[in-house]
Amino acid sequence: MGYDLSMRVWRGDVDSGELAPYTVPVEEGEVVLDAVHRLQATQAPDLAVRWNCKAGKCGSCSAEVNGRPRLMCMTRLTDYDPDETITVTPMRTFPVVKDLVCDVSYNYEKARELPAFAPGPPDPDGKRRMMQADVERGQEFRKCIECFLCQNTCHVIRDHEENKPAFAGPRFFLRYAELDMHPLDTNDRRQLAQEAAGLGMCNITKCCTEVCPENIKITDNAIIPMKERVVDRRYDPLVWLGSKIFRRDERTEV
Amino acid sequence: MGPARAKVAERTFRRDRWWLSPLGIGLILLFFVVYSTIRYFMNDHYWAAEEHYLTPFYSPCISASCVPGSSHFGTPLPEIPAFIPIAIVTLIGVGGFRATCYYYRKAYYRSFFLSPTACAVPEPRGSYKGETRFPLIVQNSHRYFFYVAALFALINLYDAILALHGVNGGVGVGLGTVIIWGNLAMLAAYTLSCHACRHVVGGRLRNFGKHPVRYRFWTLVSKLNTRHGQFAMISLFTVIFTDFYIMAVAADWFSDPRIVN
Repeated sequence: MGYDLSMRVWRGDVDSGELAPYTVPVEEGEVVLDAVHRLQATQAPDLAVRWNCKAGKCGSCSAEVNGRPRLMCMTRLTDYDPDETITVTPMRTFPVVKDLVCDVSYNYEKARELPAFAPGPPDPDGKRRMMQADVERGQEFRKCIECFLCQNTCHVIRDHEENKPAFAGPRFFLRYAELDMHPLDTNDRRQLAQEAAGLGMCNITKCCTEVCPENIKITDNAIIPMKERVVDRRYDPLVWLGSKIFRRDERTEV
Repeated sequence: MGPARAKVAERTFRRDRWWLSPLGIGLILLFFVVYSTIRYFMNDHYWAAEEHYLTPFYSPCISASCVPGSSHFGTPLPEIPAFIPIAIVTLIGVGGFRATCYYYRKAYYRSFFLSPTACAVPEPRGSYKGETRFPLIVQNSHRYFFYVAALFALINLYDAILALHGVNGGVGVGLGTVIIWGNLAMLAAYTLSCHACRHVVGGRLRNFGKHPVRYRFWTLVSKLNTRHGQFAMISLFTVIFTDFYIMAVAADWFSDPRIVN
C-alpha cells in the first residue's frame, strides 16, 4: 500500500544549506534510499546522493536518518510511522561536498598512517600456514564495508574536530586489532595504536558497535582487546617483564 | 564544528527517548553508590553470628575492629577508627573493579559525564581527551582489579560454604543461604565474563593454534563476555539485596526462615 511520505532533506554545500521539505510517493517495502531516488528522479534532479549496491554491502549511502547514522539502503520506511516526517542529513563528522555527499578522505588518510601487514618468511615449501582458529578470529573484522558510520558517530571526532589529527577512529582500531591478532604478522603496532592513533581517547561508549550495519562487535572484540594489548605493552609491568625475560614477543615495533 | 561540515543548526534530530536509558542507568548507579557508602560507613550489622552469614560488603573482615566470629582469615589489620570503613580493603578492591569495568565505564560516561549521553547526541563539553591522562588513564589498571575481584570471589565462595552451617550445629540451609549462593553465582558470572579475564585467559595470544587449552578457555569466557553488561547489572542488585538481607538478620529486624536446620 503506497502513501505520500513527508521528508526533509538537507540541501546545500560547504558554504550554506538548509532542510528542504518534500512530499514523495512511496510504496510498501521501500527503503529511505528508494524515496531519495524518487525525489531525485521527480522533483530534485540536482540532489547529490552517493550510492552504489542498494544491498548494504558497498557502504556508500551512509547518512543520518532522523538523527541516527544509517545506511539509507538498509533503512526501511516501515520503521517509521507513515505520518512521520523523515529527516535525512549528511554525516556530521565529515566535510560536506553537496547535499547528502560527504568528503570521507579523512578515513583514507588514517588508513595510510597504519603500517601494512608484514608477514615473516614463508615455510620451507614456500607456503604460509595458520590454524583455522586464527583464521576465524579475524573473519569478523573483515566484514567491514567501510561505510564509516562508526567514524561518523564516534563523539571523539564528531563533537571535537580538533581531535581528528590524533585519532584514527573505530574503523581503524578494528584494523589495528585484526593485525595485532594475526599470527603471521611481524609488526608491533601497540605503541602506535596508543599514541599516533589515539586509542586512549576512546571511552568505549559503544556507539560504533550500535551503528555498525555489519553488526561487528567493534568495541568488545576489537577496541577493548586492543586496549588490553596496549596495557600489556605500556601499563602492566609484570607482562612487560615476562615478555623481556622469556622473549615472548619478537615483533618489530613500528 | 569543522568549517567544512554541513551547517545544521539542530543539535540532534533524534526523536526517540534517547535520554531514558542513561537516566535510568544513572539513577541505578547513584542508588548503588549511596547505598554502598552508607553501608560501608555503618560498620555494623554485617555478621549474623547464629546463621553464619557474612555480607559480601564486609568480606573478608580482616581488621581487629571486626565483630568476633566474622574474621575468617584472621585480623592482619589493626583496629580502625569508627569513621573509616573496617572493610576498606573490600571497598577499594571490588569498588575499583566495578569502577574500572568496561561496562560500567560505558554506563557512567554516558549517564554522568554525558560523553556522550547517547549516540549521535552532542556532548556538552568543549574539549575531550578521553582516557589519555590522569585520572582516567588509571582505567588501564582494570586487570589488577580483576585479579583482586577474582580473589574476593573465592573468599565469597568460602563465606557461602560457611553459610551452610546449621543454627544448631551441623549442616543447615536458610533463606539467607539461598540468597548468598545466588549472589555468589552472579558475582562469579560477572567476574569471569570480564574483558580483562577474557584477555588474560587467552585473548592476549596471537596464535591460538599453538595454545589449544587457552583457546578453549578464551572461547568459554567469550561466550560469557557477550552478557557481561547483564551480569554487571544483575550482580549489582543481588549484592545489594544480599547485603540488605544479612543486615536485616544481623540487626534482628526479622529472623532467617530456615529450610534445613
